Amino acid sequence: MTTPFGRRIAAVLSRRLVGRYVVLGIGDPDAAVEPGQFYMLAAVAGWGGGGDQRPYLPRAVSVLYARHGEVGFLLEDVGPGTHRLCELQLGEEVYLVGPLGQGFTPPQADREAILVGGGVGIPPLAMFQERWGGRAVVGFRSAQHADAASLFRDPAIATDDGSAGHQGHVTDLLDSLLEDGEDIAVFACGPPAMLQAVQSRVARHHVPAQLALEAPMACGFGACFGCVVETVSGYKRVCVDGPVFDAAVLV
Amino acid sequence: MIEFCGIELEHQVINASGCFDVLAARQVFGEALVERFPFAAYVSKTVTLAPRAGNPPPRLWESAGGMLNSIGLPNPGIDAYLEHHLGEYSKLAVPLITNVMGSSEGEFAALVERVDERAEVAAIELNVSCPNVATGLDIGADPRGLADLLRVVRPLTRKPLIVKLTPNTVDVAACAAAAETGGADAVSLINTLRAMALAPRGGGRPWLGGRTGGLSGPAIRAVALAQVASVAARVAIPVVGMGGVSSGADAAELLEVGARLVAVGSESFRDPAAGSRITAELTAHFAESAA
Repeated sequence: MTTPFGRRIAAVLSRRLVGRYVVLGIGDPDAAVEPGQFYMLAAVAGWGGGGDQRPYLPRAVSVLYARHGEVGFLLEDVGPGTHRLCELQLGEEVYLVGPLGQGFTPPQADREAILVGGGVGIPPLAMFQERWGGRAVVGFRSAQHADAASLFRDPAIATDDGSAGHQGHVTDLLDSLLEDGEDIAVFACGPPAMLQAVQSRVARHHVPAQLALEAPMACGFGACFGCVVETVSGYKRVCVDGPVFDAAVLV
Repeated sequence: MIEFCGIELEHQVINASGCFDVLAARQVFGEALVERFPFAAYVSKTVTLAPRAGNPPPRLWESAGGMLNSIGLPNPGIDAYLEHHLGEYSKLAVPLITNVMGSSEGEFAALVERVDERAEVAAIELNVSCPNVATGLDIGADPRGLADLLRVVRPLTRKPLIVKLTPNTVDVAACAAAAETGGADAVSLINTLRAMALAPRGGGRPWLGGRTGGLSGPAIRAVALAQVASVAARVAIPVVGMGGVSSGADAAELLEVGARLVAVGSESFRDPAAGSRITAELTAHFAESAA
C-alpha cells in the first residue's frame, strides 16, 4: 500500500478525553493503516503564532485506531504543536499526510505477544491488540493518566506514584513475564528510557522484540533525514525505515 | 515553457537541494510521485566523493517561523550515486540537476568530471557552503575562492554550472559576480543561514548534534528577498531564488526582484506536493495581476 501523495484536508469527527489525554478522530475514508504507522498532523488554522511563534512543522502522531472512515490519535499537550492539536474541536480542519512508516510485523502464531506501553506511546499497541491480540502491560505517571489503560483489553498497569496498579516501572511487570515466559515476543512503544530498559531485558532473555520509536521529524516521508537513529548498519530514518525497528538492530 | 541555461522547463518552480528525496518519496507515495512530480526540475541532494553518514542526532530544531537542521549531507558517495540513484531519478519526466560538494578544488574537479560523463544530468549545481580544507574558509564566502574554483572546474564540462551561493558572507553580490566572471551559467541562493539552538535546561549546551545548523523556513524569507534582489541587480546570468517560500505570492516576490526560477525547500516538508500548489498559486497570481 502506498500513501496518498500530498497533504489532504480532513475534519475532526470525534473528540473525547481519556484521562489526561485527548482522543481525536479525523476523517480519512480510505485509510489502510497497520499498527505502528503514523500520520503527520497540523491544524489548518492557527498553526504558528503560538509560543515562540511555533508550531511550524507538522507533528508525527501514531495511529490509535482506523475504522469507519475515521483515524484516531491519542494526544498529550506537551508543547505548541500538541497543544494546538489537543484544543481542536469537532468540525475543525486538519492537514494530513499518511499513513506513513513501517508498522509492526505480526506476531508468530507460536509466541504470545507481550505489549509494553508507556504513557502517550500506547496507541500502536492498542491497535496491535485489537488486530492481533496480545497481553498488555502499560505504565503511566499517575492514576489520572492510567485511565488511558481503558484502551486495552485486560491490561496490567504500573504507575510511577502507585496511585493505580503496581507502583514502579512497567518493566517490573515485564520482568515477571520474562522470567515465566518461554515463547513470548515483545512489542513496545514509550519514552526512550523505557524502550532502552525493554531492549536490555529482551536481549538478556533472548526474546525477540520490536520497538516503535519516536523522533522529532520535519517531513515524515524520508525527505529531510532529520529523524535518524543509530543502528548496527548506520543511521536509519525513523520515518521510512521505522518507526518500528527490531530491538536487535538498535545501538 | 521557461528557458533556463538552455534547458526547457515546464514552469518556474524547482526544489531546493536537500529538501526532497525522490527515492524515499517514491517508496512512500508510489507512482503518483512520478505522475504528479511537483517540480519543473529535480535537484539532487548534495553528493560528495566519499560516502557520508551525516551528523549525529539530534538533527532538527523547530524555531520561530522555521527550523534549524544539522543533517550533515549524508549521501552514498559519487560512485553509488551514479550507479544506483541516477537511474531512478531519470524515470522522472523532468530535467535532473546534480548538486555536488567538495572540500577542495581538486575534489570539485573530480566530481564535475564524473557527473559530466552522464547524459541524464542536465546541469550541475556546486554547493560551495563548505570549508576549504586547505584554507579553512568557506569556499563560497569569498569571491576569490569562487574565482579559483570556477577556473578549475569550468573547463571540465559543457553542462550548465549553477553556483549555490552561501548567505553567510559579507557581500553575496560580489560572490555572485565572481561566479559569473568565472563562467558560471547561473547562481542559486539563499542557502540556509548559520544558526544555533540550545538544549532546554542544558546550561548552554547546543541542541544539535552538529552544534550549529542551518535556519530555513518563513523566518528567512525577508533575508532571501534582499539577497536575491542584490544578486539579480549585479549579474546578467539567471538567478534561482529561494528561502522561506511557502506560497505563490512568496514565489512571485522573488521573481519580481529578478529571479528566473524559484526553489522550494522547507515547505515541501510540510506538504509533499507544495511545489505543485505554489506553481498553481503563482500562475493565478500573474493571471490576476495581468487582468
